[in-house]
Amino acid sequence: MASSSEVGGSSADYETMMSTSDVELLKRAWRNEKAAPEILQYEGALVERAKEQIELVEETIEDYVENGKDPLLVSLYQMDLDRTQFLLRSYLRVRLLKIEKFMFHNLKSEEAERRLSEQERVFATKCADDLAKHFEETVLLKLPENYQSVLKQSQISEVDDMVPQPHLDTFVVCRSNNFVSLNLYEEGESPETVEMERGDLYFIRYKIVKGAIESGQIDLI
Amino acid sequence: MAGQTDPHISLFSPQEVEFMAEDELVEIVPNMNMEQLNFISGDFGRFIPQIPTKVPLWLAVALKRRGKCSFRPPGWMSVDNLTQILEAERESQSTFQALPFSYVEIARLLFDHAHDDIPDKYMVRSLVEDIRDVRLHKLETNLGSFQGTSAVKISNVSAMEVNIVRPFVRRALEAFYKHDKPEADVDRDTRSSRQQREANNEPRRPLRQR
Repeated sequence: MASSSEVGGSSADYETMMSTSDVELLKRAWRNEKAAPEILQYEGALVERAKEQIELVEETIEDYVENGKDPLLVSLYQMDLDRTQFLLRSYLRVRLLKIEKFMFHNLKSEEAERRLSEQERVFATKCADDLAKHFEETVLLKLPENYQSVLKQSQISEVDDMVPQPHLDTFVVCRSNNFVSLNLYEEGESPETVEMERGDLYFIRYKIVKGAIESGQIDLI
Repeated sequence: MAGQTDPHISLFSPQEVEFMAEDELVEIVPNMNMEQLNFISGDFGRFIPQIPTKVPLWLAVALKRRGKCSFRPPGWMSVDNLTQILEAERESQSTFQALPFSYVEIARLLFDHAHDDIPDKYMVRSLVEDIRDVRLHKLETNLGSFQGTSAVKISNVSAMEVNIVRPFVRRALEAFYKHDKPEADVDRDTRSSRQQREANNEPRRPLRQR
């Protein structure tokens, strides 16, 4: 019933890649997901492992209760279980919120679609279909021909401008795990860089740190 | 419901910030015997009377509330250390002293549940509150001096403080960026020094009136 590696969080602030428990990883994924404006890669393996451990502990608690084990012990295990469950549930819920918010965008953009899990994809497709159908039946079919698309404002629109996109220029607070040097501006403009030491806190545009978050070098706070 | 903080106010509710802080390790001295705890979040114990051991804050608070242990206050929470930090905070207008990232939450939980384990508790509490006030005030005044940048370094700001200023700073920086960016494009195109853009020095009113 032990966690996947040694006691999580060796020092107060920084987690090393070596001694990171599943709960720490889940906490990190939850935090990043909450702070990021777009949906991030689904941590399938982590979620599965967490689910297994939760089920295991639930069974153990039932056993303990039946065998009349020290109620203090039981309540402590229950607390740990509650905390882990909260993390897992909140993580999944935040993702669902983002899917609902950017429903059409997530299905249109290949990059975003890759980041959803199987069930999320099914949910998103069904949701989008339902919403599209709803729009069509209530409003769109009653509009003149050129304006009947769910995705475009009118036939002459070149892009799908009725699809809200996540705002990638939002500022986020982040902390770096390593020394990182990032290009502040997009190519073509002045190549200013910002260098982050390990442990520095920065308010920074999400777009700049997006790649570093995916590779695990930077955490969102 | 899990995951339902109102996104318009702040990304994380204070309770969620506290939740994150509760995984910090603190030292306790148990007064009972208990076997090792094999939690999902890690293994802690064994618990032997009078032998100090490190556990997460949430576990420590739970044990303390049931009268099963006493706290060893963390080193940074001594009157001497806090007085030093307060002095240093007051001296410098722009830098923050190094404090544990979750010092607000840790101090709060200790005061609520374990105040009898803290020597000079009234002194310590008032010091912590003063430090919080000074730092928050410093944050607010520094906010007025932003310019249009893409990255702002905020060293040694703690979790709670970040969470408090985050909504305002985000919108301020976004507005700066939005107004700066088309200017950058225009300058690139024309390449001539057109009339200098006036820096928008209009001070922003903080969202919260003090």
